[in-house]
Amino acid sequence: MDTVFGVEYEGGVILAADQSNARSILTYQSNLDKITKLSPSSALAVSGPNADLVNFSEYISKNLAIYQLSNDGLQLSTHAQANYCRGELATALRKGPYQVNCLLGGYDASSGKGSLYWMDYFAALSKVNYGCQGYASSFCLSIMDRDWKEGLDQDQAVAIVDKCIKELSLRFLMNQPNFIIKVIDKDGVKTLKFGSDPADT
Amino acid sequence: MARRYDSSTTTFSPEGRLHQVEYAIEAINNAGTCIGILAKDGIVMASEKRVTSGLLAPSKSSEKTYKISQHVACNVAGLTADANILIDQARLRAGRYEYQYCEPIPVEQLVELVCNYKQAYTQYGGLRPFGVAFLFAGYDEHYGFQLYQSDPSGNYSGWKATVIGSNNQAGKSLLKNEYGSSSSSEEEEEEKEGEMKVEGAATEEISMPDVKGALRLAVKVLNKTMDASASSSEKMELYVMSLENGQVVHKILNKEEAQKVIDEVEAEATPAGET
Repeated sequence: MDTVFGVEYEGGVILAADQSNARSILTYQSNLDKITKLSPSSALAVSGPNADLVNFSEYISKNLAIYQLSNDGLQLSTHAQANYCRGELATALRKGPYQVNCLLGGYDASSGKGSLYWMDYFAALSKVNYGCQGYASSFCLSIMDRDWKEGLDQDQAVAIVDKCIKELSLRFLMNQPNFIIKVIDKDGVKTLKFGSDPADT
Repeated sequence: MARRYDSSTTTFSPEGRLHQVEYAIEAINNAGTCIGILAKDGIVMASEKRVTSGLLAPSKSSEKTYKISQHVACNVAGLTADANILIDQARLRAGRYEYQYCEPIPVEQLVELVCNYKQAYTQYGGLRPFGVAFLFAGYDEHYGFQLYQSDPSGNYSGWKATVIGSNNQAGKSLLKNEYGSSSSSEEEEEEKEGEMKVEGAATEEISMPDVKGALRLAVKVLNKTMDASASSSEKMELYVMSLENGQVVHKILNKEEAQKVIDEVEAEATPAGET
């Protein structure tokens, strides 16, 4: 079961996800990157079966790439990207659903703010200040409820993320040794830290 | 020579021309003039209202100006029936985009979609092109106010000021001389002096008029292009797009407001000794 969560702060968003790719009693991979860059200033953290996770992430990111190519480099706002993403989930819902729960984080230069959107596989969409998908929510939401406030800086937001990871390693049944953390701000999408390098084949 | 190659849209002539498309463009030159002018704080679209018969029931809606969405409107020159189809298409595409992205469609994208629709009728299907030219006026947060012109070929371009319909060449040449010159805005006189110091550029900077100045200029051009010598508010339709509290506002001037602009233009003209 994947752990995916995110925190919005003043001027950006942090997305974090565990790195394990497992099924039943087997771990296939422990350096999977579940956070896909969608555009120069947004990323999608996805949880779900690996097939849908990869398929959906790539589908959305390539469609957004086509948009930019067709429209002279114009970038969709985070709000528009999130609604587009939700629309795709909604259309597929009654045909062949994507069993993915996601968190879309983006930075908009026009407002100078980051924004975080929570989406589940029923195509529900909500703008949030912080959010979790999966079992993580039972452990981490209460930490975020207590610690999050308006106007956090990046270090404070990272501190919340680290606290959540620590809580999970202490109390969550499943052992998740590796987490990947990405920051989305005015400088784009950057990997802050990872437990295991996704580039290692 | 053209006879053999002009009856089918899907055939090039030996000179490399598509005659059907050119004939469609010709059809528009008989239609009522439409002028579009981009201003600092909005867009003005002025059109000639052609009353073909006194027996016609007065129309409640305009036959020239159409709202495509909250932030885009257009002026039509050409076959009204053809225009209706394209306007439906424009409204549909604008609506679909907003449904998908929960955001208004960037103006150029909408224009390109309508134009791609028109282009199909110049390449396949064996159907004639649409005999319509459009002026699209729109606002989006990426590029602000924009004015586009499109024709039956499916070509479009962005303009600061342009004219379509009858006598458009005369209108365009008048705009070329007058747009951005001192009559359209009072601040310009001081601006021009400041600009001279910046660069020793050979070309003069064109400064954009404000909506009021653009309205006067549009009426001036319309006076020139219209058949009748006397201008009146019945024969003109003046549309303004502007921003109010961050929202786009569409307005067609009523009789009094339109007459006021016409009178202002007349007052400007008379000191120069024009009749």
